[in-house]
Amino acid sequence: MDFSLSKKHTLVQSMFHDFALKEVKPLAAQIDEEERFPVETVVKMRNLNMMGIPFPSALGGGDGDTLAYILAVEQLSRFCATTGVILSAHTSLCSAPIYAFGTPSQKQRYLPKLNSGEWLGAFGLTEPNAGTDAGGQQTIAIKQEDGYVINGSKIFITNAGYADVYIIFAMTDKSQGTRGISAFILEKDTPGFTVGKKEKKLGIRGSSTCELIFNNVHLPKENLLGEEGKGFKIAMSTLDGGRIGIAAQALGIAQGAIEQTVAYVKQRKQFGKPIGAFQNTQFKLADLETKIEATRLLVYRAAVLKDQGRPYSNEAAMAKLYASQTAMEVTVECLQLFGGYGYTRDYPIERMMRDAKITEIYEGTSEVQRMVISGNLLR
Amino acid sequence: MNIVILVKQVPDTTEMKIDKTTGTLIRAGVPSIINPDDLAAIEEALVLKAKYGAHCAVVTMGPPQAEEMLREILGRGIDTAYLLSDSRFAGADTWATSTTLAAFLKTLDVDLILAGRQAIDGDTAQVGPQTAEKLGIPQVTCVEEILSLNDHHITVQKAYETYSDLLEVDLPCLLTTLNSMNQPRGMNFVDAWKAYDKTIVRIGFDDLHLPLDQVGLKGSPTQVKKTFTRSVQSGFIKQELSPEDAAKTVSEILKAYME
Repeated sequence: MDFSLSKKHTLVQSMFHDFALKEVKPLAAQIDEEERFPVETVVKMRNLNMMGIPFPSALGGGDGDTLAYILAVEQLSRFCATTGVILSAHTSLCSAPIYAFGTPSQKQRYLPKLNSGEWLGAFGLTEPNAGTDAGGQQTIAIKQEDGYVINGSKIFITNAGYADVYIIFAMTDKSQGTRGISAFILEKDTPGFTVGKKEKKLGIRGSSTCELIFNNVHLPKENLLGEEGKGFKIAMSTLDGGRIGIAAQALGIAQGAIEQTVAYVKQRKQFGKPIGAFQNTQFKLADLETKIEATRLLVYRAAVLKDQGRPYSNEAAMAKLYASQTAMEVTVECLQLFGGYGYTRDYPIERMMRDAKITEIYEGTSEVQRMVISGNLLR
Repeated sequence: MNIVILVKQVPDTTEMKIDKTTGTLIRAGVPSIINPDDLAAIEEALVLKAKYGAHCAVVTMGPPQAEEMLREILGRGIDTAYLLSDSRFAGADTWATSTTLAAFLKTLDVDLILAGRQAIDGDTAQVGPQTAEKLGIPQVTCVEEILSLNDHHITVQKAYETYSDLLEVDLPCLLTTLNSMNQPRGMNFVDAWKAYDKTIVRIGFDDLHLPLDQVGLKGSPTQVKKTFTRSVQSGFIKQELSPEDAAKTVSEILKAYME
């Protein structure tokens, strides 16, 4: 059992860190303030071959692995959680299901462009009335001779409006319940498809989160992903992988927050000495740092299990549950150490706290992770 | 087209601290970086590779730890790396270094050699020019722009303080580059991920067929007698003057120095 990263992983980690420090950090506060999707950063990630890290080069990918991809999300999120989730949603929620469930011709059509970053990906499962209860899909796909006609809407879709390809879910047979759900690949210019209202959010405000509207969207049968009726299984399997990405995002947020705080408590003086000289600060930071390291082990383990082709659903749920809790706790406690200054937008800690909250909600709330974990335990 | 870039791993001088009691640089714990002028050479090579198609190799002489720097350079898209490392190469001054580099470069089929103008630790700017001399090939130092390249010539702009020369040079030749000439790219995922799959070719003393007294400390005519900070011993003049009179006074003083 070796707990250190391989030399390959260490080198790409330093590459991601350099990129995040030079290109992502300087924009973080601005895109949050302006609620602006950082298109220029996506272009830069494309130029550095970061948009298809874990996929084979034969499909335009980087020939890397899940751990390498997770290191990228972590390093981006250490400075900007918005940038972290753009990469995570693209890779885990769009490219990954096409790679796992797509036909050879679907892979050839979509993956080279998604992996090169020419196209950006998104995933549409959540509906106004189908959140945690994702089986309650109200979007309907009616089968016709040459394909399907889709009607309905999705909500809270990450990368919406900027994505070129969406993985969407719809009921093909309502009588079958979750076994009546099918997955589809939708291209942005398909007639009848529009991107609706953009959400105004608490955190990850540079990330684009919108409604998707399907008004008699005709999709040829070539756009069915996997078999008809297997959509729910595809969604759940995709989210297992996505959870490692969000766990890495949460880990990055927590890491970034404690680094900001360590620097701050060394220079902020009260009662004649730096506040880092007080035991309250020291003990608090010690507890937070320990949790961050525990989180890192859980997140990297889930990624490595996936790379080894072993079951990882339970471990991914634990990683996400613990990482998102840690991100929340670390940012709240770190903001407390910053005191009044931390509450202002002059320091990044309040943004990190706002960004952390979503990691307890999207790609399965913490409660869903507990359902997965306890389900495995009580089976 | 084969391009070789000469690179050096140097201490990050922006992170340097001085031992207050001895007045010397504290090297321990100082991170090592790729010499900035050499990074410009790497970037130029990668630009030429993309534009004209070329095989790019880096060569460094240094301790085994220099391998880390070479991996990072491979991660930027350079094809091959050579590490000249041997305890008998240690303590080399610029003369012994250029002798060793030239001996190795003679074993390669090279069209263009690029080197940073100077290293930020030694600041001699000698290794590139000496290497070209020992290889008997043309050289242009302080290149600020590479304009074009074909199988026989390269056209470059060489910087002087207030003007530039436009030069066409026969290949093979050696150019030294300025770090102001470009914005070096960082690593990219595809090349960084493959960097450890590549073999770094290790070259030792026995591979080069050089006499022992021409390499390392023994082959180095430079002898450091003493290192010290030169004290500035000019006095100063203090006068209360109007801006116009002050300017006149300063210009008169400067004129005296310029004559």
